[in-house]
Amino acid sequence: MPEPLAWQISTVTAIRTETAEVSSFTLELPTWRPHRAGQHYDVRLTAADGYQAQRSYSIASPPSRAGEVDLTIEKIADGEVSPYFHDTVVVGDRVEVRGPIGGYFVWEPAFGGPLLLIAGGSGVVPLMAMLRERTSAEARPPAVLLHSSRTFDDVIYRDELAALAAADAGLRVIQTLTRSQPPGWTGYDRRIDRAMLTEAIAAAGPSPLVYICGPTLLVEAAANGLVELGVPPSQVRTERFGPTS
Amino acid sequence: MDEPMMLDANAVAGDLAEMFGFEMTAVVHRCAHCGNVGQMGTLLAWTQGPGITLRCCICRDVVVRMVMTPSRTLIDVSGAAYMEIRRT
Amino acid sequence: MSDRFVSRGFVGRAREAGDKAGRVPPGQYLTDGFPVLSAGPTPQVPLDSWEFTITGLVRAPARWSWQEFTALPSRDWLVDISCVTKWTKLDTRWHGVSLDDLLGAVEVEPRARFVTAHSYGGYTTNLPLTDLLNNQAFVAWQYDGAPLDPAHGGPARLVVPHLYLWKSAKWVRGLQLREEDEPGFWESLGYHNRGDPWREERYSGD
Repeated sequence: MPEPLAWQISTVTAIRTETAEVSSFTLELPTWRPHRAGQHYDVRLTAADGYQAQRSYSIASPPSRAGEVDLTIEKIADGEVSPYFHDTVVVGDRVEVRGPIGGYFVWEPAFGGPLLLIAGGSGVVPLMAMLRERTSAEARPPAVLLHSSRTFDDVIYRDELAALAAADAGLRVIQTLTRSQPPGWTGYDRRIDRAMLTEAIAAAGPSPLVYICGPTLLVEAAANGLVELGVPPSQVRTERFGPTS
Repeated sequence: MDEPMMLDANAVAGDLAEMFGFEMTAVVHRCAHCGNVGQMGTLLAWTQGPGITLRCCICRDVVVRMVMTPSRTLIDVSGAAYMEIRRT
Repeated sequence: MSDRFVSRGFVGRAREAGDKAGRVPPGQYLTDGFPVLSAGPTPQVPLDSWEFTITGLVRAPARWSWQEFTALPSRDWLVDISCVTKWTKLDTRWHGVSLDDLLGAVEVEPRARFVTAHSYGGYTTNLPLTDLLNNQAFVAWQYDGAPLDPAHGGPARLVVPHLYLWKSAKWVRGLQLREEDEPGFWESLGYHNRGDPWREERYSGD
């Protein structure tokens, strides 16, 4: 059995802006362990007076990059940990982490597919790890990503997703922008609903493995909607992020 | 039903792993209340409180309770009739 | 503690430690917000089926419907509350009925020394009977001038401000008077049977 997890001190080696509110932080780990797509690291911050705050962040990078992980973190306005990352952390800073964690919300190529991935906001992070993993796999099952964001500028990994979809006929990305859409927008313009789920199921193919990640209410609505449309609950895995940011 | 604070057991996977010494969310359990058999990762988690409560996704009754004091961890798994772990 | 890792520049949520003229218990910090803490889904209790009961070691067990309960003599309360998760909120305004009035209606037997509060949804908490008497506790159905939000325990919750807030059972449905102390939901898993924030009685053995 693997050794128990221990907290370790990582070093920030790179920071990359994804959107106005979202950045990816590369952490170099003294004790790196290969992770699986969908897993996360727990991050713990400690103030000088001993006060601690702890959060979990999904791993964005594929396990092929040894020694380090990327955590993509959205800045939550009244949050405690994410503002620290966005406003204070610089390259060279050290961050206490524990992981990789998660044995349930994971996908690896051996699981097969087709894959139906549904993401709300920063819920796309673990699903992106899955898509990045899928890209480097020998057998690539068909995959559909149904991705809900507020505006065009809020779409995390927008360009990379477009490039992946353009290069791979087996990957379909369905975008919906719920708050505002740019001129000429051809995607959806509302919250995930039955019509979108129906299209996503049809695009994925029979008996998909489903992974849904995002704010709790979005995850609930999508999971219930899929089950109503006939997807067996045992094939649906969820990761709820809590209240909407 | 609006339950924005509700998470999955995945959110406490790290604390569970620290208690048991290995990853728990893929462990299969049987709910002692309704008999549902499933992975611990399917449990619904309430993490904002004096402790963590994990509830059955089918019947919503308590399967696991966990409290972490500064010096010790207490866990009540009486809501799980059994747990099953693959060794190989 | 001297070799504990410290995150450079991390301060955390704005929190004032200590005193505020002695109103903040040890180890607590002040908050302006009102965090929502729960152990399960928010119960949905229609008012036409809601009831409050007092049972156990009483001469005459009582039951009130919502209409009857909210018609009892009630008053405003301005109190400070402290949660064992370390936040304290000063000057919270509630409206409800005193436990003195409720217990007075049922004639508590002399043998009764402890109380278990029961809530819709299954939560329980235990405390000494003396902590409910002499204007120390009430059942509230209004917070800050408005009907108590379900997230904060509505339709009605027990409020015992001089003890940690986990004793202030949300969605309270009744009290059971007992001779022996029976640990409730959190008390049976390491939390203190009484929970006095001024003595930092957070965990059993404190």
